[in-house]
Amino acid sequence: MNELGQSWTLKLLVALCLAYLLAPVVLVFPLSFSADTVMVFPPQSWGVRWYAELARNANMAEAFSVSLVLATMVTVLSLLIGIPAAYVVVRIKPAGSQFLFNLLTAPLLLPTIVLGLAMLMVFAPWGWLANWKGLIIAHLVVALPYVLRILATSLATLPHDLEEAAATLGASRLGVFFKVTLPLMAPGIVGATALCFLVSFDEVVVSLFLTGPNLKTLPVELFHYADQRPDPMVACVSTLLIVLTMAVVVVIDRSVGLARTFLK
Amino acid sequence: MTAAAPALARGNAEQRSPLALAALLLLPIAIVNAIGFLLPIINLLKLSFYQSSETGALVEIFTFNTWLRIATDTFYIQMLVRTTLISLLITLLTLLVSYPIAFFIYRSTGALRSIMVVLVISPLLTSAVVRTYGWVAILSEQGLVNNLLSFIGAGPYRLIFNATGIVIGLTEILMPYMILSLMAGFGRLDHRYEEASLSLGASPLRTFLTVTLPLTLPGIALGCLLCFVIAVSAFITPQLLGGGRVFLLATEIYHQAIVTLNWPVAAVLSMIVLIVFGAALALYARALQALE
Repeated sequence: MNELGQSWTLKLLVALCLAYLLAPVVLVFPLSFSADTVMVFPPQSWGVRWYAELARNANMAEAFSVSLVLATMVTVLSLLIGIPAAYVVVRIKPAGSQFLFNLLTAPLLLPTIVLGLAMLMVFAPWGWLANWKGLIIAHLVVALPYVLRILATSLATLPHDLEEAAATLGASRLGVFFKVTLPLMAPGIVGATALCFLVSFDEVVVSLFLTGPNLKTLPVELFHYADQRPDPMVACVSTLLIVLTMAVVVVIDRSVGLARTFLK
Repeated sequence: MTAAAPALARGNAEQRSPLALAALLLLPIAIVNAIGFLLPIINLLKLSFYQSSETGALVEIFTFNTWLRIATDTFYIQMLVRTTLISLLITLLTLLVSYPIAFFIYRSTGALRSIMVVLVISPLLTSAVVRTYGWVAILSEQGLVNNLLSFIGAGPYRLIFNATGIVIGLTEILMPYMILSLMAGFGRLDHRYEEASLSLGASPLRTFLTVTLPLTLPGIALGCLLCFVIAVSAFITPQLLGGGRVFLLATEIYHQAIVTLNWPVAAVLSMIVLIVFGAALALYARALQALE
């Protein structure tokens, strides 16, 4: 018991730090069942009043369906674009493929406030503001680095001998890819799908620059709403978003492993 | 790569088709990044050398005026200093509250470790709007902290719509990044060094300070770099918890771009964010060199 890692002081300290980390996420659950007219915590009265209010809110419903359609399209497109790119980086390996990989994941390093502003300035003259084309391109730029990273890791850790065996037995490159490589990549594709959908569905800063009154995503609508009046309805939407996040966390953990994806 | 391609093609017919195939497969991602990343960034740099006329119209003539105006305006200089200082404070606090968790995860095994990893990564994947709203519920006048304080007859304190709120909220937002960076650094830590120190009679605290902490410095440096640059460019949390009363680089970029519509100023401020990034990265590289 003379190790620092075992002491009760450390355990208490860890519990306090963990409470600090989780408090804001945990608190929105009870808050969403508040029946007060304004945000008071702890709530004075309880009920599903704000969920009913949310169900009647046409703006939120519209924004929700925009985000759902957008995230679905972005996920499908990013797989169609990301799988060939990952195949080039990991399997064909042209000279400088590591540099290429760094280049393709570079948008991840750029702050979203700068990326959003930069896109606004180019997209505005093209009439791409509050427009599906602009939003899809923007979300692809933000989500593709994540997709590429998961897919490249998944492809790199595949046993190569199965593909070689298929090639030796006379299968064409295309045949090997569709009959052997792609099925083996299934866990990576599932993980990439889940993370990409979440990244797109939750994206807010870049979208703030590119949306407008006629086309808003859910996080943008929620941000504007919370900025003006942070009543418990925000907690109701937040609760739904947290449930979505937890579902994605489970899918990523079961498919590619949470620790393996986020801990290098 | 392009220079090598013809040589390879001549040398070996087999090599030509993979390179052509690679180019074809990379075409879609290249197009997306050209339209949504490369072109916008080049254009942003270009716009920082334009200026806005009195009427607000864009004057498309190369000029240093916007840069000079910002470099000599005390409002912007103070804002840059404020942003840097707040971000440094947040980075330090994030390190302090993250280190115990990272240390504990590094030491734990099995199911406990898996649960802890889930608890750390889940907030990372949760929308910043949601987490910041949680802080509104905790810090506002009718929030958790002030309601608890009123029980013992203290307060209410103003914890929101000022720098205090931003520091408290953003520290929590950045914790997962810091914890993951620290854990990456803990990979170098060999448990046997600590055991040796303990068996030679050093106290646990002394072992931690003289053996554990120095060995984890690279992870600390990485985490601090990451958290500092994210703090400098964070927008959602400073906007919601600052309530438009604390002027920081990122909130000002948004204001200039969307409300004031002065694009050259917004472009210059964005470039300043990138310059701060570069400076932090250079400092990190030197710190890492010194540690080796």
